[in-house]
Amino acid sequence: MATVSTSGQSHDMGLHTEKLTNRTQQRFFDAGESANLTYAWAPVVDTNKVGTLDCEGMDATAINIRIRELMDQGCGTIDLSNPGSMHGLCVGILSRLQLNVTGSLGYFGCGLIDGPNVHISGRVGWSCGENMMAGTIVVDKNAGSTFGAAIRGGDLVCRGNVGSRTGIDQKGGTIIVGGKTGAFTGFMMQRGRMIILGDAGINLGDSMYDGTIYVGGKIEGLGVDAVPADLNDLDRKWLKSKLDLYGMEAPNGIDNIQKIVAGKQLWNYDNLEPSEKKLVL
Amino acid sequence: MCGIAGLIHKKAGGANIGQEMTDMLQALKHRGPDSTGYALYGSPISNYIMRINLAEQADTKKGFDVASQLQTRNDQVDARMAELGANIAKKENTTTYALRYEVSFEGDLKNLIDYIEDIEGVEVMSCGNGLELIKDLGDAAVVSAQYGINSFQGSHAIGHTRMATESDVDIRSAHPYWAYPFADVSVVHNGQLTNYWTNRRALERLGNRFNSNCDSELIAVYIANRISEGDDLEKAMRRSVEDLDGVFTYLVATSDALGMAKDVMAAKPMVIYESDDFIALASEEVSIRKIFDHDIDTFDPYEGEVRVWQR
Repeated sequence: MATVSTSGQSHDMGLHTEKLTNRTQQRFFDAGESANLTYAWAPVVDTNKVGTLDCEGMDATAINIRIRELMDQGCGTIDLSNPGSMHGLCVGILSRLQLNVTGSLGYFGCGLIDGPNVHISGRVGWSCGENMMAGTIVVDKNAGSTFGAAIRGGDLVCRGNVGSRTGIDQKGGTIIVGGKTGAFTGFMMQRGRMIILGDAGINLGDSMYDGTIYVGGKIEGLGVDAVPADLNDLDRKWLKSKLDLYGMEAPNGIDNIQKIVAGKQLWNYDNLEPSEKKLVL
Repeated sequence: MCGIAGLIHKKAGGANIGQEMTDMLQALKHRGPDSTGYALYGSPISNYIMRINLAEQADTKKGFDVASQLQTRNDQVDARMAELGANIAKKENTTTYALRYEVSFEGDLKNLIDYIEDIEGVEVMSCGNGLELIKDLGDAAVVSAQYGINSFQGSHAIGHTRMATESDVDIRSAHPYWAYPFADVSVVHNGQLTNYWTNRRALERLGNRFNSNCDSELIAVYIANRISEGDDLEKAMRRSVEDLDGVFTYLVATSDALGMAKDVMAAKPMVIYESDDFIALASEEVSIRKIFDHDIDTFDPYEGEVRVWQR
């Protein structure tokens, strides 16, 4: 009587060796895409109509409501002052807007935005720009941990140093850091690109599925499945255009930037889960 | 979640650290409203300052003879101090259950503390020449008003707002913790230690005492033990980052220094403001901003980082 082996049968069926098509190690992109940061169908706003908002004495909810009221009144530019490092400010803005913040934001600043261009003269706390879809955020000073967690589009820029787990679960867009970044930067990154002009901490790109991390300084250690790759002309061209856009420079020159991608040795898309094997068999 | 804060004035002379710390902790109330604690460092005096609790706050609200029980414990504390040769220079009842003593004592401090804590329900919250450790239930505004903290003058302080996760909502489990039996050493902590019991048993075998089941107390005892082994504060803290497992950021204060340590995963927040003569640290910048009426430059320490500021 033949021995029945479930694992043997699934191998015989080719379930563990079948290669998924249309996947490549190298993601290609258009070096000139940087100008296209908001949806083409986003409504045009009058940036010459300026609204001002002094946050002194207001709570976060009132401030966010006031931003919407000013936008409803047709203000394409809002100058916000005295945010006092409050949490959850400037979130959920789903339209074009030039938002100028004088001061610092606390946690979850500018989360869930889809379109505005934000400039912050101070620093930001944890999770700035979380789940950002489109637009730009430029932070002049330092940022806390989980900077740009799970962003899907747009440009998120910090001119200073950032904390740990920068770009955790990044699914698109670009994160640019002018200084250092901490441990687990790019942890479980899935898409998009990240430029770190300074040093990167331990476990860079740990368990990244895809995407690209560029590092201008020293890398203290790579994470699981993050591997170095060769910098090509397309990378150089894109890096230059992107850094020029924000007036930033690689301290050791673009040619000395290290490129890190996913080794994809952890990819198990071709293997079935035990429960799925039962269904097949 | 918990919020922690610390500050140190490096210039000579005192500042209104009671008000400053209250403002910082009140801004962190959303991180934990269960209890609030302060370790305030005033100008050192030659006597020991002892903060002693006679009972948990909740226990003082039940029982028809609770007042007499507290008085009995109070009398026992005084008697045991006298018995071991500690002269009470000053004594204040800040609440019905919290006492403040100034004591002159030449003998073995650990022996004195152990003898006092042998009285049922009595806990020595802190002992030192400058340290005053005050903690109770409620937010910073409540505790500050209860103990008259806002007028406290001193050089440095650490504080804590607690969201109880690992142990009860009571004064015993509130922070800061005094690093028994070392005078003037205190700790606040935000996080969870996953090898608490392993370390606690090892430290208990060495003769250290634990008053609670709160994992944060372990850090205070650990630091105290390392100092007794000859480490200086910074070395003890660096070793703790290797030995303590879990996610944590903690602050330690001594008579003339303030230190911070962060775990290797950098999973708990900390923001630092640093100038030539003043340093402030907190779980969130919004806390530090309560001291300043203008924007400031701050930064986050990185994974495994240890910093110590001397006065």
